[in-house]
Amino acid sequence: MTTGIVEYLTVFVLAAFVGIEVVSKVPSILHTPLMSGSNAIHGIVLVGALTIMGEAGGTAQLALGFLAVFLATLNIVGGFVVTDRMLEMFKGKPEDRARAAKGGGRDSGDPA
Amino acid sequence: MSLLALSFPLSTLRNLVYLVAIIGFILALKGLGSPKYARQGNQLGAASAILAVAITFTLPDLRHRGENLTLALIAMALGAAIAVPVARRVRMTAMPQLVAVFNGVGGGAAALISIIELLHLHSLGLKPAVYVTAEVLLGVLIGAVSFSGSAIAFIKLQELITGRPITYPGQQVINAIVGVAIAVLILVSLVTGNIAFVWILLVLALVLGVIFVLPIGGADVPVLISLLNSFTGLAVAASGFVLDNDLLIVAGTLVGASGIILTRLMSSAMGRSLPNILFSAFGSVITATGGEEGDASRSVRTGTPEDVGVLLAYARKVVIIPGYGLAVAQAQHTVRELADALSARGVDVFYAIHPVAGRMPGHMNVLLAEANVPYDELKEMDEANPEMSTADVALVVGANDTVNPAAKTTPGSPIFGMPIIHADEAENIIFLKRSMRPGFAGIDNELLYDPKTTMLFGDAKDTLAKLVTAVADA
Repeated sequence: MTTGIVEYLTVFVLAAFVGIEVVSKVPSILHTPLMSGSNAIHGIVLVGALTIMGEAGGTAQLALGFLAVFLATLNIVGGFVVTDRMLEMFKGKPEDRARAAKGGGRDSGDPA
Repeated sequence: MSLLALSFPLSTLRNLVYLVAIIGFILALKGLGSPKYARQGNQLGAASAILAVAITFTLPDLRHRGENLTLALIAMALGAAIAVPVARRVRMTAMPQLVAVFNGVGGGAAALISIIELLHLHSLGLKPAVYVTAEVLLGVLIGAVSFSGSAIAFIKLQELITGRPITYPGQQVINAIVGVAIAVLILVSLVTGNIAFVWILLVLALVLGVIFVLPIGGADVPVLISLLNSFTGLAVAASGFVLDNDLLIVAGTLVGASGIILTRLMSSAMGRSLPNILFSAFGSVITATGGEEGDASRSVRTGTPEDVGVLLAYARKVVIIPGYGLAVAQAQHTVRELADALSARGVDVFYAIHPVAGRMPGHMNVLLAEANVPYDELKEMDEANPEMSTADVALVVGANDTVNPAAKTTPGSPIFGMPIIHADEAENIIFLKRSMRPGFAGIDNELLYDPKTTMLFGDAKDTLAKLVTAVADA
């Protein structure tokens, strides 16, 4: 705890402004991928879960830490994979779409 | 492992790598906002995340304690083994539920981190500073609300419970009691520093998440997920404060702030304020408009798929207006078959997409893209509206509020001012609907009684399949 709370608050406030600035003009067509993509980004809580796992001592803390790492991994891995799948379908040019339909079909795994 | 002796430079290296990941995340979010760079943006985000997670394993605590390291690796392997197949196999229509789940577990993880840190400090016999306790309590509160709220949102989207707003007597009183209890609990914990209160806070926060989401209607759940996404971001930021980790603070705050902007963009696309979406089921809006449902006894014209098939087959221009009902019926492939059949006959067909059509804003674009609908047939609302007056048929598939003319003609209507698709300007209007039930806004749609309108009741997918046959026979 060498860095004071004020420094962290500063980082927090600046990051809030960056976040607002970065997504202020997003076309509605991309709202779903953006939501899903930002969902994946907060999966970085995995870094926190691993950090706390390092500190954990005793059965209770280890068990909770295990759960935290597990949940965070679901968030980060699932989030990025599902966003990538979604964006795979957003091909602007018709020729890209045709290529995606041929090449991308194999791993979509969609039963429908 | 040769770096073992250099533990100070290693922590500096770690923080530098975290800084690189921060830059990666900011660029990733920026990329996700533009159609051209969205995919690269997401991949950059994933790469940054892998880098940050990998460098975290250089933490001396994690490296030196075999049991902890092993458990962490098992938990990660287990999580990845479940997440990858699920994310790969989920149907595009079920996407919103899955995003809700991934969001909820992230919130849960953030809440757990705060709790463990508190237990850890306690077991070392340390009494945390007041601001540390405050960070922990906030992390637990926001993370737990996001966790249980996402769980209820998932249950609603999966249709395990009704998508209609769930209200019960004394709802506001119960909400107020839970809210006040949480506030009091936080104050007491801050003053006394007693660890036991954290567990009560955890339970109350989980309850709050549930009772906060229950009264929100199915059509508004997408906005809610965006808000919960933002909450999880803030919970992650709180974990960052607890653990003194800039990466978590920045990444969490980025998501928190962008989520709030996104939520506002979505609610304005629905022409409603965020408080209206979150709290309207409690208030007077529904009760005031409920009486208008009595108008449903008025007569409407119903048609047969055969008649409508002929009408479509001999039209020059057909505009398909998909909505929530199309997503529910998972009819995107069938609607594309119909469009293809019409195009093959020389009919000019395009889709008019309302910004909030589907179960998530932009969801309709994803669904139709999945059904391989050509990109140039999708028109955004502003592009489609000038063409509506020249359309022979407006085929409304499972949409209602997004074409309700009350939004432009009836001041005082709850949806007045919401941008709509001008289906009423087309020469003929065909509604594919399951019933006369009003849309989520709970108000009657005059367009259903319009002399130009024909209703086709039933499941959208079945009706569309019948229309495909009828067009082929025409």
